[in-house]
Amino acid sequence: MTASQSVAEDLAGRLYEGAPVYVVSREKIREFARAVKAQAPAHHDVDAARALGHADLVAPPTFAIVVAQAADAELIQDPTAGIDFSRVVHADQRFTHHRPIVAGDELTAVVHVDAVRALGAGAMITTREEIADAAGEPVATAVSSLLVRGEE
Amino acid sequence: MTVTFAELEKGQGIGTRRIEVTRADLVRYAGASGDFNPIHWNERFARAVGLPGVIAHGMFTMGAAVQLVTDWIGDPGAILDYQTRFTKPVPVPDAQDDAAPDTGGTAITVTGTIGALDAEASTVRVDLAVTAPDESGKDQKVLVKAQAVVRI
Repeated sequence: MTASQSVAEDLAGRLYEGAPVYVVSREKIREFARAVKAQAPAHHDVDAARALGHADLVAPPTFAIVVAQAADAELIQDPTAGIDFSRVVHADQRFTHHRPIVAGDELTAVVHVDAVRALGAGAMITTREEIADAAGEPVATAVSSLLVRGEE
Repeated sequence: MTVTFAELEKGQGIGTRRIEVTRADLVRYAGASGDFNPIHWNERFARAVGLPGVIAHGMFTMGAAVQLVTDWIGDPGAILDYQTRFTKPVPVPDAQDDAAPDTGGTAITVTGTIGALDAEASTVRVDLAVTAPDESGKDQKVLVKAQAVVRI
């Protein structure tokens, strides 16, 4: 192990597909909704969600981050990627919902490292998590830019 | 409430909301999201890495800010796309009253405006202006290009 690690030059283009299935529960949706102060009834009350045409409780619009970051752990913990998580700053985030995430979903996320660009002594890494349901249908796409600050 | 496409126009406001944020809220978000980075709960650690003190999770701010849009449209499943850049940290001061640790903190202000309309897709883009005071009390834009695409 070296004192100063740096992001692997060949990181861009890598895929991480080892994340276990994420089962979305009603209680997790309610807990996450409370944590972002989301009071819309469709997050908390099954009848309210069904009245809007959803199969079950609807997750808040940023809930996919939980699934995406759980999958990112494989990238962050990959010693050959060279990412020092204590130096990571979240620079931007985007979610595209192909359909709403609802309680009962069994989701898988595949992490794509789309770009790595040197930024001073550090690097900006763009990851894309493609989240799909048990049938393999796309549910959400999360795109994150992570700034890994360089060693001074 | 029902929002109809015909009554919307570019530049129209959808409202303003003030969101109180305490240290207890950050602990709640850490637990719900799985993001336990100590910069969000440990003052000494946050200062040691050059921050003004404990700061909110960027994803907390992003997640809380969009509630203005959810409550306006009535269905969280109508938010098709949501993105932002994280530009400035949101410092969250400790409670001043030893007997009331779930007090103190700061407040995030969110204002939403219709930024664009797509009649063919029946979607609108809501642009969010999101500000919070920095450590000296001066209001800063903490999210930039915070945009939600909503199906009407």
